[in-house]
Amino acid sequence: MPAFHPSLALRRPQRFLPSVWDALIFSLVIGSMVLIALGGRQTFEPLAEAAKTPISLSPLMLPEYALRTTLRMLAGMVASLVFTFAYGALAVKSRRAEIVLVPLLDILQSVPVLSFLTFTVTFFLGLFPGSVLGVECAAIFAIFTAQAWNMAFSFYQSLKTVPRDLDDVANSLRLGSWRKFWTLEVPFAAPGLIWNAMMSMSGAWFFVTLSEAVTVGNTTVSLPGVGSYVALAIEQKNLGAVGWAVLTMLIVILLYDQLLFRPLVAWAEKFRVELSVGNAPPPSSWLLDFIQRAELARRVWRPVGDGIEFIMRLRFSSKVRAPQAVADVWSSRWFDYVWLGLIVVVGMGAATAVVMFVGREVSIPEAFAVAGLGGVTLVRVLVLIAIASLIWTPIGVWVGLRPRWAAAVQPIAQFMAAFPSNLLFPIVVLGIVRFHLLPDIWLSPLMILGTQWYILFNVIAGATAFPNDLLEAASSFGVKGWAWWRKVALPGIFPYYVTGAITASGGAWNASIVAEVASWGSDRLEAHGLGAFIADAAAKADMPRVVLGTAVMSIFVVLFNRILWRPLFVFASKRLRLD
Amino acid sequence: MSDVATKDRPGAEAGDAFLEVQSIRQAYAKGGANDLLVLDGVSLSLKSGEIVGLLGRSGSGKSSLLRIIAGLAKPVSGRVTWRDKPLSGPSEGIAMVFQSFALFPWLTVLENVEIGLEPLGIPAAERRTRSLEAIDLIGLDGFESAYPKELSGGMRQRVGFARALVVHPELLLMDEPFSALDVLTAETLRTDLVELWTEGKLPLRSILIVTHNIEEAVLMCDRVIIFSANPGRIAAEIKIDQPYPRNRNQEPFRKFVDDIYGRMTNPHDPALKMEQRAPDAVASAGVAMVLPEVSTNLLAGLMETLAGERFNGKADLPEIADELTLEVDELFPIVETLQLMRFAEVAHGDIRLTPTGRRFVDLDVDARKRLFAEQLKAHVPIAALIRRVLEERPSHRAPYTRFSEELEDFMSEEFAEETLRAVIDWSRYAELFAYDEQAQAFSLEDPA
Repeated sequence: MPAFHPSLALRRPQRFLPSVWDALIFSLVIGSMVLIALGGRQTFEPLAEAAKTPISLSPLMLPEYALRTTLRMLAGMVASLVFTFAYGALAVKSRRAEIVLVPLLDILQSVPVLSFLTFTVTFFLGLFPGSVLGVECAAIFAIFTAQAWNMAFSFYQSLKTVPRDLDDVANSLRLGSWRKFWTLEVPFAAPGLIWNAMMSMSGAWFFVTLSEAVTVGNTTVSLPGVGSYVALAIEQKNLGAVGWAVLTMLIVILLYDQLLFRPLVAWAEKFRVELSVGNAPPPSSWLLDFIQRAELARRVWRPVGDGIEFIMRLRFSSKVRAPQAVADVWSSRWFDYVWLGLIVVVGMGAATAVVMFVGREVSIPEAFAVAGLGGVTLVRVLVLIAIASLIWTPIGVWVGLRPRWAAAVQPIAQFMAAFPSNLLFPIVVLGIVRFHLLPDIWLSPLMILGTQWYILFNVIAGATAFPNDLLEAASSFGVKGWAWWRKVALPGIFPYYVTGAITASGGAWNASIVAEVASWGSDRLEAHGLGAFIADAAAKADMPRVVLGTAVMSIFVVLFNRILWRPLFVFASKRLRLD
Repeated sequence: MSDVATKDRPGAEAGDAFLEVQSIRQAYAKGGANDLLVLDGVSLSLKSGEIVGLLGRSGSGKSSLLRIIAGLAKPVSGRVTWRDKPLSGPSEGIAMVFQSFALFPWLTVLENVEIGLEPLGIPAAERRTRSLEAIDLIGLDGFESAYPKELSGGMRQRVGFARALVVHPELLLMDEPFSALDVLTAETLRTDLVELWTEGKLPLRSILIVTHNIEEAVLMCDRVIIFSANPGRIAAEIKIDQPYPRNRNQEPFRKFVDDIYGRMTNPHDPALKMEQRAPDAVASAGVAMVLPEVSTNLLAGLMETLAGERFNGKADLPEIADELTLEVDELFPIVETLQLMRFAEVAHGDIRLTPTGRRFVDLDVDARKRLFAEQLKAHVPIAALIRRVLEERPSHRAPYTRFSEELEDFMSEEFAEETLRAVIDWSRYAELFAYDEQAQAFSLEDPA
């Protein structure tokens, strides 16, 4: 498993602090949200009653709901893939696009998925007035925003590191850029991309279930799916139904893992460029073995493969050339300045628009109060990551050093990371209500319920990869106890741990919007924090406050990543690498 | 066996130059006037039916020249004429074999070979037959459906050859094609290739090979062009008019090898002045000198071997290279460093230990370090500078950038880094000063 975080490995390590440039890109992102919010306001109209399908709590309906949820998931995946190819290729081929697109991804990544959902619901409803299709699109878009950024980062990173000799071969054989893209660049990026897609998918289950029951203003729209099933069960305080949903989701994720991702990951092994054979056994999949061995399965697959081959082999010999004068101007330094100037102007315009839009409703003291709420959520994230690390690091090391345990526990940890933890929230909320616990403290663990597993399975992966001779050296010199942890184990797994903790903290920020406000029937619990603020504002369709909350959270996440995680990541990858 | 290669027998049209390289100049932009010059005024022409070797050390720009001829890089100035037309970009008729094999790991042997024919618009069936022929020719039959990672290095490079030959190029470019292989495999592959060439089975008119292995060049080439380094210039050209197959142990062969070694280390040959680095010229170069990263173990090891019974203080460079199984690329930096620190002197292909060098060999560990420190301070200006700055500063500390920036006035960022790495390594051994990697700072405080 790669201990690698594409978005952090990417840029010049010296640059930790956000620059003016980041601020400009940031205004562009938030500014376009304002634009969408403004545009959506006029076209928003309630859904026709007929377009809504009532949700039933009968367990018999669950297979259908599960199928619909999964289809949404796959649609989001396809969209993400197309986006990834286009975005990555554009960022690598054009220097001017690159200086905007790469920081843009960084900012987009920091915007909570639920904010995207809130903004785009109105937009998509406007696209398909009165139809449930708009909500459907919004849900798929939410899934898209949960996985696309990470995948695009990974792809871009791979394109940047295509081995020069292979690139030379492709050029010297004159393959052409389309064929080269499919023969060299996509295969080279495949292992990383598939791994990242799998990680993103894990996170996305959380949001697909969440985005199926969307409340904007007075309207609640429910799409048939496991998520709305659970939402209804919570509303009706039906614990049995929650149980059924949990069971369904377990089965769905199991199937998806076995039928889609195991085979993909095993298949992607052949695209690894390192020609030497590593000591870890390559991933395997019974389904892939079956397809590769069975004649029948092969025949079924054949036409599909041929079709893909055909597209990949197309030759676009576009000999349309711009006149020399235009080409000269296009590639001149002056045009660079024009391009930069354009971005600066648009960015500042966007910043002004945001300030005006938010400022009309929100006073300056309130804005500071929101920043304070951000601080509260920040403390929660920090404390939770610390607690989860203290628990899972020793366990992960213990398990990882015992291959048989690791083989058994690793799939479970990955599985738990994929499971949408919000389905389990009702159980926790029930406990808090029953025992009259303080929501400010006891709601917090929900934030990390789903994402703590990233720490566990990355630490396991790190401990599994730990060189045996170093362990033996340590034991032959009698290094034991705390010294063993400090000098041997912790430095050895640190790069893996950092990768896991970064993913976990990103997930925790995202989950705070759901975790700081939770309900069970009419019992509603709320903790103080930025997540709750955004959730409330979204529920009231109070767009200026959603924009404000989103902007504050995005700033917090970006700073958090730059100031804490990136230095740690750079340190880990520079000083503590074992390979 | 196969009829791939009947079209142009080598020598059939011998004499007409079909590739012309004129005053090529290549530089890597560093911004402004500080561009790092890689090739300077290089001209050569290639005739039909000959194998030409480009011989030189790393930094001599020979690989850069090959990339320019392959159309993979554009020179800053100068011209490449190919089939009477200026070359722009990769051309049909020129194929390349890479040092790292550069096979697509996700394609089988057959697919790897076939892919070169695709852009030529050849129908699938013909692509298949031609690829099978090339695979057959190069001795890979039976491996068609294997993936590169299943093959040994030698077999992988055979795939590289098959892929280049399948397009029936007129010119084959090879970038150190055997240097990633073990000695035995490299020898087999070389012999096979020379055999195919002399039998006229290769669909080629000419081969241009880049190498840093002198024996390889003498074994294979009709002409050897020697490059000097920093910047790369053509220093000498040697015709090797010997029939194939050539025998390493015969007198003419040894004579050519000795001759080339001599030319590459001759202090009186003005064209090779950069190659040679006469100690005085080096000293006047001051801190502007690029230092190779050579471990002190290698330095001590070479001195000990020289002082040993077999050589008794003086050796022929090819002989000692052979004894230590070092290639030119590895041997020359060690030799130069010894020469720089006055532990040895080099002339006409011979290396001789100086009295200082002899003394070093006889000393114990601590005394060796002291002597090394003395020589370092006396003859390596940048080491002396760092030491002086550290002594003058009250804190006895100085950041890495203090010196890297000074070096970057004279050389590229990479060379500055390499030079400082070399100096840090030597100075740590000599306990001249300390360096803290994490703080990126030099200091005088000696942990000892």
